[in-house]
Order: sequence, then C-alpha cells, then structure tokens
Amino acid sequence: MSFAWANQYEPKSAFTKWIDEKLPLPRLVYNAVGAGYPVPRNLNYMWNFGVLAGFFLMFQIITGVVLAMHYAADVSVAFGSIEHIMRNVNYGWLLKYAHANGASFFFIVIYLHIFRGFYYSSYKAPREMIWLLGVVIFLLMMATAFMGYVLPWGQMSFWGAKVITGLFGAIPFIGEPLQVWLVGGYAPNDSTLNRFFSLHFLLPFVIAGVVILHIWSLHIPGSSNPTGVEVKKESDTVPFHPYYTAKDGWFLGLFLIFFATIVFFAPNMLGHPDNWIEANPLSTPAHIVPEWYFYPFYAILRAFTGDLTIPFTGIILIEAKLLGVIAMFSAILVWFFLPWLDKSPVRSGAYRPLFRKFFWFGLVPCMAALFYLGGATPEEPYIVLSQLATAYYFLHFLVILPIVSQIEIPKPLPFSITEAVLGKDGDAAAPSAAAGSAKPEGDAPDGALQPAE
Amino acid sequence: MTIRLGGIIFGLGLTAVLLLWSLLPGAINFAFPEKPDYYAFQEENIAPEGGFSFEGPLGKWDTQQLQRGYQVYKEVCAACHSLQYVAFRNLQDLGYSDAEVRAEAATWQVPFQNPESGEIEMRAGEPTDQFPPVYYLGQGNPPDLSLITKARPDGTHYVYSLMQGYNEPDPEDVAKSPEFETPPGLYFNEYFYNINIAMPPQLLDGIVTYADGTEATTEQMSQDVAAFLTWAGEPSLIQRKQTGWFVIAFLIFATSLGFLSYKSIWAGMKPKKK
Repeated sequence: MSFAWANQYEPKSAFTKWIDEKLPLPRLVYNAVGAGYPVPRNLNYMWNFGVLAGFFLMFQIITGVVLAMHYAADVSVAFGSIEHIMRNVNYGWLLKYAHANGASFFFIVIYLHIFRGFYYSSYKAPREMIWLLGVVIFLLMMATAFMGYVLPWGQMSFWGAKVITGLFGAIPFIGEPLQVWLVGGYAPNDSTLNRFFSLHFLLPFVIAGVVILHIWSLHIPGSSNPTGVEVKKESDTVPFHPYYTAKDGWFLGLFLIFFATIVFFAPNMLGHPDNWIEANPLSTPAHIVPEWYFYPFYAILRAFTGDLTIPFTGIILIEAKLLGVIAMFSAILVWFFLPWLDKSPVRSGAYRPLFRKFFWFGLVPCMAALFYLGGATPEEPYIVLSQLATAYYFLHFLVILPIVSQIEIPKPLPFSITEAVLGKDGDAAAPSAAAGSAKPEGDAPDGALQPAE
Repeated sequence: MTIRLGGIIFGLGLTAVLLLWSLLPGAINFAFPEKPDYYAFQEENIAPEGGFSFEGPLGKWDTQQLQRGYQVYKEVCAACHSLQYVAFRNLQDLGYSDAEVRAEAATWQVPFQNPESGEIEMRAGEPTDQFPPVYYLGQGNPPDLSLITKARPDGTHYVYSLMQGYNEPDPEDVAKSPEFETPPGLYFNEYFYNINIAMPPQLLDGIVTYADGTEATTEQMSQDVAAFLTWAGEPSLIQRKQTGWFVIAFLIFATSLGFLSYKSIWAGMKPKKK
C-alpha cells in the first residue's frame, strides 16, 4: 500500500522498460525504499535503527560466510581453527573481531530499535503484525548469537552452552530426554558443536526472511512517527529517497565510526577473557556469564533462588530452576501481548505524561539494573536486587501499563504531522518541497485531542 | 462490613508476611555482607613506568624488548609452558632475518612420526613448525602461554605483576585473618586470583644473561616476558591499530560528506517555530 500522492516509477530507457516488463525488481525497490515510498517528514533519529539493523544483519552474514570458509566445527580443532584465522588467514583477525563485535553492535541497534517501539507505542494498531514479527526476529537473533558464541569452543562457550542447554532439563516430564536429544549427549560435546554450527549458519537466513515480512508488513500502513498521529495528507510526508536515504546514510557512517573504534582499538572489551582458554569440561570457570546482551535475561533467570512449595509441607510445586526458565522466556513473551496490554489510544510517549514517568523512572532504570545484575556474581546484594528488578519488570508490563493507559489524561495531539512540524499557519505557507496541494484541509482550530486511527 | 474489613486486614497481613519472608534474608545479607577476608590479600595489577611500547592507539612493537622476552621464555618458561599456537616463522616479527629464524628453529626439538617405524621421534625444528608441546610432570598445571595475555583480565599487566608478586603477605591482612596460611607446595603471590600459586618464583635477578647486554633484573625480565607474551597472543596487534586509523579517517571523511548531503537535501524542511 502506498499513499495516493506517491511518486510513480517511470522507466526511461529501453533497457529499464524491458526489465520492468519481465521482472519489476527496480520498481519494487523504488516503491519500497526509493522515491516511491512516502514517509512521515518528522521522523527523529530513533527511526534510523531499523535500517541500521538491516545493515548489521548483512554485515554479519558476509563476515560470517567468509569466516566459515576457515572455521572447523570439531571439538579437537575448533579452538585451533580460530587461532588459525587470527594468525594465518589474511585479515583473519579483522574478520573475527568484526564478526564478534558486529554481534554486539547488532544487539545495541536492536535494543534501541525496540526501545523506540516501547516509547512511541509502535506496536499499536494497525502495526501489530510488524511488532510480532519483530519479536520473532529478536528470538531468532538470540538463538543465533547463543550458538555463534559456542563455536569458538572456549571456556565460556562450553560452560555457557552447558548452563543454557541444561535449562531444558527443567521442563517437567519430557525435560531430561529432550535435553539429551537436543544436545546429542549428556553434556555439550562434538555433536552439539556440529549442530550449532549448522543452525548458526542457517538461522541468519531465516532472520532475513522474517525481516522481509517485517518490512513488507510495515509498508502496508506506512511508518509511524514521533507524534503518533497518522499521515493525512501529502504535506505530512516526504519520499524515502532522497530524504531518509541521506539521513540513514550519514547516521550509519557515524555509527560505523564507533564500531570501528571498538573493532580496531578495543576488540576484546565486550568479550570475556575466559573464552581465550580452550574448553575444559573438567575445569569450571569462577563465574559463568553469557555475552553482555543476554545479561537482563540472565539476571531474571538467576533471580529465582527458592522452589515454589506448599509452606510447611515438603511438597515442591515448581522448582527454582523451572521458575527461572519460565520467567526468562516470559520476559520476552510479554512483548507479544503489548498491543493488547497498552490500551491508550494515544501512541507517542511525548503526549502521555504519566506513561512517560513510568517509562523513564521505572522501565529504563529497571532494564539498566537488569543489565548490570546479569553480569554480577550470584551473591548478595545482587540476588535481592535482581528479584526486585524482575518483579518490577513484570509489574510494569502486566499491571502498570494497562492501568496507566486507562487512567491517564494525555496531552492534546497536533491535528496533523504538518501542523506538528510547521505550526498551525504552516500549512498555508508550506515550502515547495512538500509539493502542489497547498490548500489545507481544515486543521482543527484548537488542536483538540485526536484519537489515533 | 466487618467481614470485608477483616478480609482486607488479613490480606494485607498475608502480603506483609510473604514480602518480609522473601525479602528480609536478602535485605539482611545486603546490609551485613559476609566476604571471606582473604580476598583482602589480593592486589591490583601494577604497570611499568611509562607503560609498554605497544599500548595506546599509537603503539609500536619494541623488537629489542620482544627478543629479550623471547630469550626469557626460551630459557626459563619453556621448561614447563608450551607456546603451541606460535610458529617459529612468526619470530620474523621480532626482527630476525630468515637465516636467523631458521637457525633459531633448529635449536628446538620437535616431535615427528618416523615414516618407517611409525614411532614418535624428535628432530630439529624448522620455521614451519609450531613450538613443541611440553610434558610437565610436577605439581600444578602450567597453562599454554600462547594466549595468556588475552585469557586473563588486563593480561599484560597481570603477567608483569605476577612475575614480581612473590612477596610476603601484608601484615595488616595477616592480622585480620590469622588462620590464613599457604599450603605446602604452593607459593604466596599477591596478584594470583587464588593467592597461592603452584609455580615457584622464576625470574630471580640475573637468571638470564641478555644477549644485548641489558641488566636482567626481575622487573626488567617481567616487563620483557610480558611484552613477548602479548606479541605471542596477538601478533597482529600493531597492524590492527594502524589499519584502524586509516579506516576511521576514511569513515570520518565519508560521514562528513554524508552529513553535508543530508543537510542540503533537508534544507528548509523544518523552519524554526516562532
């Protein structure tokens, strides 16, 4: 779907006309990310992270495919093959560091992208499908990253795999046989490494497929914007190319400067030194932690230290390990329900004062705490702090958001995007770039509250 | 009415009991944490005056230092520690010529399988060989040193500190933990994570006579071997930093052009509100 005023693709040369008849790929690109896709004119930099995420996916696939030409997935040679890449393969050190830090930066971008979704309620109707597909992409990314970290077969690779595959054993009744089947043995071994390599190679292409669905479902209603007011007329939008190709392009360059600084000057900063020691099943590291981007979920997993029992009897209803696993997965599963938990018709946090308070003074400190606690040692006071942060996390999504969305009094919304950008009298004096129809279609005179469509 | 009130009070009471029951032990531990006192024995890593030549974004290898460090490794450490991921040909990075590398490799004995008898025998090393494995039969488990500076937090300084850390425990800490003692067969080292290390002190003054005539103090040898092991862990360290300058310079240039294009395309789209 596109807006009625969108530019039309017009092939000029004989060659482009021929292609357009036989396989209209240039037309598809033009309509998807070119001058044929109108986008709200008031997007801020928080809207850049989608394109950045797409870039990092491509970057990881390219560096990963080249690394796979030199990597060997067998426990006797895996660690050595990484050293071979680092020392012997031309620019192998660059490939390895770029791929490992690329994963971290992919997650930084994705968390900012999701954070934008939380603040501006991007998950609300009519964009629920985009959001659901996005959560699916996030789950696939977590699986891919987890398996990728196991491949170097360092101490953290092995022991992290042991912890996480061990969680399957917590599932009642079928847990133990399921774990043995998935792992290919009783502890991570050669079978595990081989199948993780296979899946790690496969899943990014599955992610790419879901990303295509994600962008396709976005192009049906079009992008949201920082006011949350839907597009009404031509002066609300600008064509994606050149406006947002330029904005995304330079911001990508800026982001890559930070990325290059880490890759070339601090490539091991985000990693764990223990992963430079070859995996030893007989030697447990002092502290087993995943990569930093899993810290919040690891904190939630470890927060549950007591079994759920019937007090004063000895009967265990749910043991602590299973509680932790359920909570950890639920922490992401609640995101699936957000479109239906948050009932406010106003999208943008900019017009929701009470929501904003709980966002900045509740959710953000809670997530920051969970990030820190996931990497902390499992002793007091970190345990009780994890428990409090976990409790707040679920309280925020399941209790606070629905209640706040019902009771808050939002601020009045602008009538249109054009009004938000140019002011009420801006419509009549719209700059030439906004094109022909300068006659405004009746702004509401007092800027009264307009519900989101 | 009273039943409702009673119900509310009971509910609040139950909630209070559950909250206290779940949070109180943690709160008490938070306020009065128990930490084993012998953590106090461990010290922060030290660094040499002026730092190492390869540190910082403009670092360079000091090949003289690397050669001295290699000499320390060969004469002191190689008795127990292998360096399996480094090959003799990599020693070219230390400033040796092809002929010197070949001669150096030949001073090492590497295992090979005799094609006729099938037995494992030893022969003189060649540049293409990796440093040979070491069979150690004493107490403890000497790790391979190829990656040691990357496998420990702040690894270069850790190695530098550890080699000099065989001191007596601080009397203040001993007073706080009078029951602490180093088990027989282990040695107290204030930089080691577990405090008592199985490796005896190695870099005693003058244990190595440097080929270039530098005085072989404990501090000098620690510095040199730490530098050598940093090179062994990541021979591409300096190339990485130098490439980084070019990449970031290009990115700054390209991003500036991108930013200026962005500004020119968007000019006039968002007039300042009055």
